Amino acid sequence: MHSTYSYPKFAYTPSEEQRTGTVKRHPVVVVGAGPVGMTAAIDLAQKGVPVVVLDDDDTVSIGSRAVCYAKRALEVWDRMGSAQKMIDKGVIWKIGKVFHGDSQVYQFDLLPEPDHKIPAFINLQQYYLEEYLITDAKKTERVDLRWKSRVLSVKQQDDHVVLQVETPDGVYALEADWVIACDGAKSSIRKMLDLEFVGEVFQDRFLIADVVMKADFPAERWFWFDPPFHQKQSTLLHMQADNVWRIDFQLGWGADPEEEKKPERVIPRLKAMLGEDTEFELEWVSVYTFQCRRLENFRKGRVFFAGDSAHQVSPFGARGANSGVPDADNLVWKLKLVMDGVAPDSLLDTYSDERVAAAKENLLNSTRSTDFITPKSEVSRTFRDAVLNLAGEQPFARSLVNSGRLSTPTTYVDSRLNTPDGDRFEGKMVPGAPATDAPVEAQGQAGWLMDKLGGGFVALYYAGGDAVPAEVAERLDGLAKGAVPFAWHAVTSRRREALPNELVDVNGRFEERYDATPGTLYLIRPDQHVAGRWRNFDADKLAGALNRAVGL
Amino acid sequence: MATLVTENRLANPDDFYEALIDTHRDLSAEQSNMVNAKLVLLLANHIGDMEVLKEALRIARKGV
Repeated sequence: MHSTYSYPKFAYTPSEEQRTGTVKRHPVVVVGAGPVGMTAAIDLAQKGVPVVVLDDDDTVSIGSRAVCYAKRALEVWDRMGSAQKMIDKGVIWKIGKVFHGDSQVYQFDLLPEPDHKIPAFINLQQYYLEEYLITDAKKTERVDLRWKSRVLSVKQQDDHVVLQVETPDGVYALEADWVIACDGAKSSIRKMLDLEFVGEVFQDRFLIADVVMKADFPAERWFWFDPPFHQKQSTLLHMQADNVWRIDFQLGWGADPEEEKKPERVIPRLKAMLGEDTEFELEWVSVYTFQCRRLENFRKGRVFFAGDSAHQVSPFGARGANSGVPDADNLVWKLKLVMDGVAPDSLLDTYSDERVAAAKENLLNSTRSTDFITPKSEVSRTFRDAVLNLAGEQPFARSLVNSGRLSTPTTYVDSRLNTPDGDRFEGKMVPGAPATDAPVEAQGQAGWLMDKLGGGFVALYYAGGDAVPAEVAERLDGLAKGAVPFAWHAVTSRRREALPNELVDVNGRFEERYDATPGTLYLIRPDQHVAGRWRNFDADKLAGALNRAVGL
Repeated sequence: MATLVTENRLANPDDFYEALIDTHRDLSAEQSNMVNAKLVLLLANHIGDMEVLKEALRIARKGV
């Protein structure tokens, strides 16, 4: 199997400290070289922090795993310069269709508005994505990737962590100021620290079949309840790169996973769906069950959990990797500020607070989808079927059809890092919300707002059609060089003299999406979430919001 | 905030009751369950007020 992809094999090289038998202290050790671990490693490295990544394997993710990557995860990768090749290789989509029997009952559009740099979703096999991230990590020259390195134990000390690591050359000890455990749903670090990972197990099995075929399905997410080719169960179809199609068949709890994986069982199912005459080649088959659970706290002393090691969801809604990447995005800037002595240690607790809130939202959505797709009782199934039954003719019922509510970024509404609104604003850019994109022109070059945000704090001053008042510019210049540094941009509604920090709101999307009036000021965090906003510039308020956003 | 009306609002309660029972005539228990489920969904949407619905759900469950 796997005719379209050959797995790279990364060379194991013994580390110098293992060869020489010296124990070395590292600022950050990341455990797990999956999408989340590599995101954290690249982000840290680009901020100047050397990172050791330990992975017990020596290749990328095997088989058909994550498929759908959402806008927000792509925006994080774009900030690091990694998204373009994923988008180029992947399949861009935004339309989802839901069928009941053989008729369509519902359709959704995940990005109905124009003028965003990054698409709503792409589909891409996980191995490509990991391969790209590993290449980008190497480019930073600050990521020390150690393959065939299995963590055997974790011991927390007052000011560091000691890890015992097993390699083909034996066992050695490694010290780290901070550890980020991105070692997946079966996290061994989590077990070593004896942390409870509780939630729900769903009694259902799904068959994954990846097939290579030239098919004329559009690049959309198609989901069937009770289709004629797979009665009483559901089926999901996604297009991936290289003419590979991912098909998930619901099997029910009684199915025998070993039997169901056999080609003589899988091929007839596929033929029933695709038609006898469709030529296809089977690329990958597996059977999975799923769980919805999370850690109580994503921080334990000097160890952080990110991605599936911290929270596990059902696949409906693409909320796995898409919530793991924002974990890394949320953690890295905080860790950097604490390492630099700018922010107090307590800022790191807000990583857990904010991302636990996100995990709760994801688990809620994922559990609700699962209850619709896999009803747990007779009455639950009756209501589900009643919804599907009505959805064909009754518009209201379509909004109850739940084949997975697709991943959207979390607004940290209750975060203590937010400065609550004192002025009246409309729209979605509330404190805690992820910043939304708009086309902007900088020094005559067409570009995107998102490219001007991120990495560090950014203040956006909306001047409308006028120039930024001189005293405002002066105060912003001064504050920007303070203890918590930031960059600032003037956003204007028309082209003026091209100042280096001027962004022209070329078609008014900024004004509209940020509900901006002349004098409006936004403070955006390094992870591109809104920290605070005001109708008029007030230096004290801005300085207060900056302090608050770093936990001071 | 709207509250669930529990005083009679039906001009002719017996007519409604008869129509409800008639709707289920000749149906199996399974078919009746489906009709009831669809009915709940249709009426819930018509009410459209989560507080009222929650109150109805609470009362319906009481004593069962």
